[in-house]
Amino acid sequence: MKSPLLTKDPYNIIITGVGGQGNVMASRVLANMLVRRGCKVTIGETFGMSQRGGSVMSHLRVSATTVWSPQIPKRGADLIVAIEPVEALRVLADYGNPAVKVLVNMRPIYPVGVITGESDYPEPEKIRRAVTALSAAACFLDATEEAINLGNPILGNIIMIGAVEGLGVLPVNREVFETVIREGMPASRIEANLRAFDIGAAAVAGNC
Amino acid sequence: MSIDNEHKEGAEVLFMGNEAIARGALEAGVRVAAGYPGTPSSEIIETLSRSAKEGSLYVEWSTNEKVAMEVAAAASFAGLRSMCVMKQNGVNVASDFLLHLTGSGTRGGMILVTCDDPGALSSVNEGESRHFARLMEIPLLEPADFQEAKEMTRWAFTLSEEIRNIVMVRSVTRMSHASGNVVLGPLPPAGGTAEFLCDGPISDPEQGPIISAPVAEKHRLQQDKVRKAVSLFEKSLFNTYTGPKKPELLVITSSACRLYTREAVSMLAAEDRVGILKLGTTWPIPPALVKRYLTATEKILIVEEVLPFLEDQVKILAAEQVRETGIKTFFGKNDGTLPTTGELNPDLVAEAIGRILGIEPKTIPAAYGEKLRMLAGLIPRREQTFCPGCPHRASYWAIREALQRDGRGGFVCGDIGCYAMACLFPAAGFYTCKTLHAMGSGIGLASGFGKLGSFGLEQPVIAVCGDSTFYHAAIPALINAIHQDANVIFIALDNSGTAMTGFQSHPGIDINAMGNASPMVDIAALCKAMGAPVVVEDPFALKETRETLNSLMEGGGGLKVLILKQSCALSPEKKGKKRYLMQVDELLCKGDACGCNRLCTRIFRCPGLLWDRNKGKAQIDEVICAGCGVCAGICPAEAIRCEEAPVS
Repeated sequence: MKSPLLTKDPYNIIITGVGGQGNVMASRVLANMLVRRGCKVTIGETFGMSQRGGSVMSHLRVSATTVWSPQIPKRGADLIVAIEPVEALRVLADYGNPAVKVLVNMRPIYPVGVITGESDYPEPEKIRRAVTALSAAACFLDATEEAINLGNPILGNIIMIGAVEGLGVLPVNREVFETVIREGMPASRIEANLRAFDIGAAAVAGNC
Repeated sequence: MSIDNEHKEGAEVLFMGNEAIARGALEAGVRVAAGYPGTPSSEIIETLSRSAKEGSLYVEWSTNEKVAMEVAAAASFAGLRSMCVMKQNGVNVASDFLLHLTGSGTRGGMILVTCDDPGALSSVNEGESRHFARLMEIPLLEPADFQEAKEMTRWAFTLSEEIRNIVMVRSVTRMSHASGNVVLGPLPPAGGTAEFLCDGPISDPEQGPIISAPVAEKHRLQQDKVRKAVSLFEKSLFNTYTGPKKPELLVITSSACRLYTREAVSMLAAEDRVGILKLGTTWPIPPALVKRYLTATEKILIVEEVLPFLEDQVKILAAEQVRETGIKTFFGKNDGTLPTTGELNPDLVAEAIGRILGIEPKTIPAAYGEKLRMLAGLIPRREQTFCPGCPHRASYWAIREALQRDGRGGFVCGDIGCYAMACLFPAAGFYTCKTLHAMGSGIGLASGFGKLGSFGLEQPVIAVCGDSTFYHAAIPALINAIHQDANVIFIALDNSGTAMTGFQSHPGIDINAMGNASPMVDIAALCKAMGAPVVVEDPFALKETRETLNSLMEGGGGLKVLILKQSCALSPEKKGKKRYLMQVDELLCKGDACGCNRLCTRIFRCPGLLWDRNKGKAQIDEVICAGCGVCAGICPAEAIRCEEAPVS
């Protein structure tokens, strides 16, 4: 059954990044926004040892009617939100398909193997080209740089949530974002989060 | 987030599986909850601790899972509802008490919640707790979504009181750490009085002493309880069927596998051909119910994680009922339709169903497959490593240096915690850790290695152990090593918290799970009292730590204790705060000409250090660097500088 709110049911989102980037928080915020808009959301994620500097992935299934598997089937992503560029490629390799949309924060976090010289990190241009070729729509952001300007690099994850809103593919908006963060965050941090959200939304609107 | 005050009855909220379990327990009126942290179970006790209140809910992080179960059982014996919570291997620790508890029976409703980790996503085993239900002869429930996790937990207390025995609720990582919508039920009023009635005759289950003997009688009584549970399971709403009346293929499944199965059937558009019997009551399976569905089909696939557990039960039942149900073809683990290791997912289940029914899976357009080739060689592996600023990296660096200087082939026996990564990944621990088993097994093995000198073993033996692991299971082995005079250096990697699972309190910390002040048990004082010589160092002082370790290795035999004390980089007091601002002096860094062979980035491997390939020099990644200052001590050219960070 199709929801009047959703372009596809279930709508499958993968939020990916590296442990410590606020991946889990981003998935919770977005999912809570969707639940407030009347959606049934299933999030699949792993944490614990997998977050110690490793790749992390949250799978969000958004439906009008029911719970879905906490693991999205291979090639089944509708939207990939990558807080780290190489992780966008890693997820596309398994979950990519011709209809997928991709949002990428271009600030790399180098794997230890790259730091040691055992492996190479791809040039930004190569990443852009691969993501563009493997998606129906792609948008590249400098979310970490923008977040540093706001005073804290961790806000990169919220900029990416703003970008999701800017895409206009989900029934979420700034108002519901504000409601959700006001519940889970000290008042002193609300302003910076709202600004981060706006930066992300503006970067994507009409661009992707 | 607290799950009781802010969320009212009837509200629909997003809960992690573990939060749903905690809420179910609150709705059941649980009064005592105890556990030991372990992924993926930890959030249940954490969530409950936020709802804890004097006289209405007592919550504790116990020293280990056996103690947690004993603490919860005491509450049950005194008439209160109680629960104990642990990850899969915790049940092994608790199992000796569990064996006797299932014989003695319980009073107030008592449940054991276990969270298994198929695929070992956060474990060094994928052991299953389900088999304990059969081994210990107690009812087993397995939720298959988030709402059910709450309802089932609540009902488990009722069932426990009906049969007067402990009931087991088993979750898995993909349930516990997944999230979904949950509609809340009412919370009962607070209160409840504890009294242990124990002056009656031994045969009186309500007022007599609670023991597992006389065994013949108690064991028979225990089996009567299981039969009573089965009769309730036959009517349970946790067992559901969806699909055609006479399906071509019947899938029998439970837990997260039910969600994979439903997805797989949807992927294959086989809703008209496949029936799904989802069992929520998985030991013992209700025979009349299962028989009804077996009769309606010829082919049966059992989808479960990890080993064949439902499959064995279904096959035994089918063999017993073969005259009535007819001969069946079974698919599952035993015939290789599904793998017997690792976790399942929708794709694996879809492949299995597709093979049985002859349905080709959908494929992506060839042109897209072609394009995917451009990713070849583009994606560097992302190896797990210690966090920037982690004291373990410094500790292992000192251990590595000391072992190299000693030169006798010494090795480290590892243990469970973040520091176990030294046994798993080359980026962490510099290849020093050579064994890794259960909680506390590092010092147990070291105690054994330390007695092999008379057979010619001359390698120095070191055991490492985290602070929480120390209290959990290391103490008996440590006493053994002292008493047997084993040649061992025991290194306590004390980072002031149960860091791996999220900073739960333990006996070395002066605040308990409920946030109240709590007496501390000091590791150094305890080791000294047991008669071991004890040295304490700060692992961030690399040189001093290495020298101390070498002098311990050079000294005489017997057990010696070295405590390396430094808080975890993610601990609340440290997280996000830099002690030093780090900088590489480009004039001093000689790069490849130095002769250090890029010691900082190639060997030390802190993710906060980068190698600038254009300049051929080291560099600090300011976003990643935690400002611990340790790398300044490893650079032979003294090119890495630290200056005190301004206090923010």
